[in-house]
Amino acid sequence: MEFFEINVNNKIHQVEADPSTPLLWIIRENLSLVGTKYGCGISQCGACTVHLNGEAIRSCVYPVSAVGKQKITTIEGLSKDGEYSYVQEAWINEDVSQCGYCQAGQIMSATALLEKSSDPPDDEIDIAMSGNICRCGTYTRIKKAIKSASSNKKSNGNY
Amino acid sequence: MEIINTKIGRRSFLKTSGAIGGGLLVGFNWLLSCKDLISKKPLDSIPKEWFKINGYIRIDQNGMVTILSPNPEIGQNVMTSMPMIVAEELDTRWENVTVKQGKLDGDSFKNPQFAGGSLSIKKGWDPLRIAGAAGRYMLIKAASKELDIPYENLITDKGIIFDKSKKIKIDYGKVASKAVHIKVPEDLKLKSPEKYTIIGTSQRNVEGPKIVKGESLFGIDFQAENMLISMIEHPPAFGMRIESFNKDEIIDMPGVIDAFVIDTSTPNPSWAEVNAFKEIIAIVGNKTWDVMQAKKKLKVNWVKIDNLEDSEDHRLRLEKDLLYGTTTEKRLDGDPDIVLKNATKTLERTYSCPFIAHNTLEPMNFFANVQENSVELIGPIQTPKTLESSVSSLLGIPAENIEVKMTRIGGGFGRRLYVHFGLEAAMISKKIGAPVKLLYKREDDLTQGIYRPAYKSVYKAAFNKKNELTAFSVKGVGLPSGPVFPNRFPAGSIDHYLAENKSSSTNISTGAWRAPKSNFTAGAEQSFIDEIAEICEKDPIDFRLELLKKSIQSPSGKKFDYDPKRFIKVLELVREKSSWNSGNKYKGVASYFCHSTYVAEVIEMVMVQNQPKIKNVWCAVDCGIVINKDSAKNMIEGSIIDGIGHALYSELNFKDGRVINNNFDKYNLIRFNQAPSKINVFFVENNLSPTGLGEPGLPPAIGALANSLYRITGKRFYSQPFFSKENLFSS
Ligand code: FES
Ligand code: FES
Repeated sequence: MEFFEINVNNKIHQVEADPSTPLLWIIRENLSLVGTKYGCGISQCGACTVHLNGEAIRSCVYPVSAVGKQKITTIEGLSKDGEYSYVQEAWINEDVSQCGYCQAGQIMSATALLEKSSDPPDDEIDIAMSGNICRCGTYTRIKKAIKSASSNKKSNGNY
Repeated sequence: MEIINTKIGRRSFLKTSGAIGGGLLVGFNWLLSCKDLISKKPLDSIPKEWFKINGYIRIDQNGMVTILSPNPEIGQNVMTSMPMIVAEELDTRWENVTVKQGKLDGDSFKNPQFAGGSLSIKKGWDPLRIAGAAGRYMLIKAASKELDIPYENLITDKGIIFDKSKKIKIDYGKVASKAVHIKVPEDLKLKSPEKYTIIGTSQRNVEGPKIVKGESLFGIDFQAENMLISMIEHPPAFGMRIESFNKDEIIDMPGVIDAFVIDTSTPNPSWAEVNAFKEIIAIVGNKTWDVMQAKKKLKVNWVKIDNLEDSEDHRLRLEKDLLYGTTTEKRLDGDPDIVLKNATKTLERTYSCPFIAHNTLEPMNFFANVQENSVELIGPIQTPKTLESSVSSLLGIPAENIEVKMTRIGGGFGRRLYVHFGLEAAMISKKIGAPVKLLYKREDDLTQGIYRPAYKSVYKAAFNKKNELTAFSVKGVGLPSGPVFPNRFPAGSIDHYLAENKSSSTNISTGAWRAPKSNFTAGAEQSFIDEIAEICEKDPIDFRLELLKKSIQSPSGKKFDYDPKRFIKVLELVREKSSWNSGNKYKGVASYFCHSTYVAEVIEMVMVQNQPKIKNVWCAVDCGIVINKDSAKNMIEGSIIDGIGHALYSELNFKDGRVINNNFDKYNLIRFNQAPSKINVFFVENNLSPTGLGEPGLPPAIGALANSLYRITGKRFYSQPFFSKENLFSS
């Protein structure tokens, strides 16, 4: 067991954990932020996607000991003061979710993409999103939501 | 207007809710959830009291309505559509409605609390309408007394009661407290569909905003005070059981509290208790990662108690039993054997599919808190009632003392009809004497499935000199039972017809996977019909329409179980919407009827870098009245992607009784870049009672896929998955 200080959603948290513990379980169990999901544990499904300095990473294989001073953002950190981010809003407007289990991960991957490339072409979207499985098959709606988020962003600003 | 009797089987709306004197005080969190930020819904003040109108409806003094959604929510969006039906008959504004998940409660809810077989809406249609209409009746009655105006002279409009001149009005909220004791009559008037203002519109998923914020909704998210975490280890192969394990070493691991073997056998197991591994190891600890680490250190003596089956064994067994297996079901019209023997030309094709797993993205999990003589169960389950009775029989605790609460469910597809993980959680909680959340690792989930069986069917057709179809036969077998529906299409449309199911055997646990049997048979049959049409030199849609017309004009044999007229409508609609006769020629069609719903689909392919790619899908659906339009489309889109994905990529393979592909690195699921670019869904408009949508969109997608692949590649696809390197089932 070791002590770690990690910055999650702009807040410093102290956690005591085995250094090998994946960030996923620290977020879910030590910080009680359960929006980040477990799906496979081997970086194949994307349900656990969070941002590390703005980059989408799979938290199920990222040990807490590797976080250091880097900034973590989870799905709970996207909405500020009860307002929805432009990506979350697009997701609501396109009514993307079926079971909804994958959607936090999808939104984190989409947000990382749109923060880098505000109007990504289809092949860029394909690359960014193909690591996130949606077992319910909401892919066509996810694509629509990304496109509408991208045009909203151009008119509105960021998250 | 429809008059409906309020007695549903033995469950009656006649008795009043037995409501609480003044009102019903509820917790703070519930009140907060009334505020919906995204739509900026009106909310005058936070309600102080809710009045219980009946099991489904609560109204506060300002006319805010809470509707309890009775059924498990697995992504089929019943948590929005079921309350929409109640709200329609209650005649309130949808904007004033807050939805809350109901728990298992047969006294409150008169519809079966069950998610499966695309039945939620079909079975809920009458009870939900009655619940709403009964509420409306009670409110008008109360207003009648309050205003001293006869009941007959009062009308309602979106939450307000008016006299006929519309001069006097009173809000639902003002009379709610007085409505609670009013008795519901035996017969109630229901709205006629032309008057609907909520049903048939598109209302967003009521939990959509919570989902995108990552709020705690799912079973896996559930937390309780002093809750422990548990994981299981089951035998690594079907046909094995546990002998002993290194308990002492495991218990010494950091964060581990205990480890033991549990047995979840019950005296008279129900169908929902299917599970190959009743005896498993449970490890209990404080944190998931600790328990996972301990799991890695397990050393177990497993013993072989049965055959250890391979995929190759399965293939051979299906081949043999397709010929020699015991016939379990059969329909015979005319004499297809003789006609086939004397035919000018015959066509024979064999189709097959492998075992597949459900792979709900949220792995199996459940929370249980077992006390001396009571149990609390919270988690994702499609069959809460069955879980309750199984746990009752496992623990010897009466069902009245067991409380089952449903969380939002991260995918069902049939997997959570089966209750073993709930039983396991209960047994673990009992042994450790504390509240426990059981969680499966993905590998545990994938290797302890209740899989879609592997199937094989052989289809034969006979033709005369004029290339007309004269006989049709299908024989199917599965591990363990056959996939054929003898009385479905094309039964009735061909004079010489045979449909036969044969049985086989396996020790792999199998069960319902989204659209059971149809998920294979539709693809096989619709591909075969496509080949027949080609020999008959007919357009594939025209040919299907001709067969359907024959079953209207001169049906052959006994009754069949579809309505050819509704079938024809969806085919005609999809032909029109897909511009079938013009443009890109690489289009394939299929139509299928299952779960009381008619669906026809057209898939259009294009070549991208020498690879066939799905460009467009058109789908026509007749499910009667559509409750929530856009969300119904979402369900169909998802089922099409699901069907295409599994037919193209997915298979579960066995070696020595073990599942080889035990996680998503080895088990292929369709991904974002492989999904169709566009799916266009259309509904046949009618006023027939609604049927289900969770399943029927999936089966025809496989037929349309195979037929469109043929158009663009010139190759017919007979064994699923169509795209697989090491396809053990390929012919
Ligand atoms: S849980 Fe991390 S990628 Fe699946
Ligand atoms: S919405 Fe269910 S897994 Fe994506």
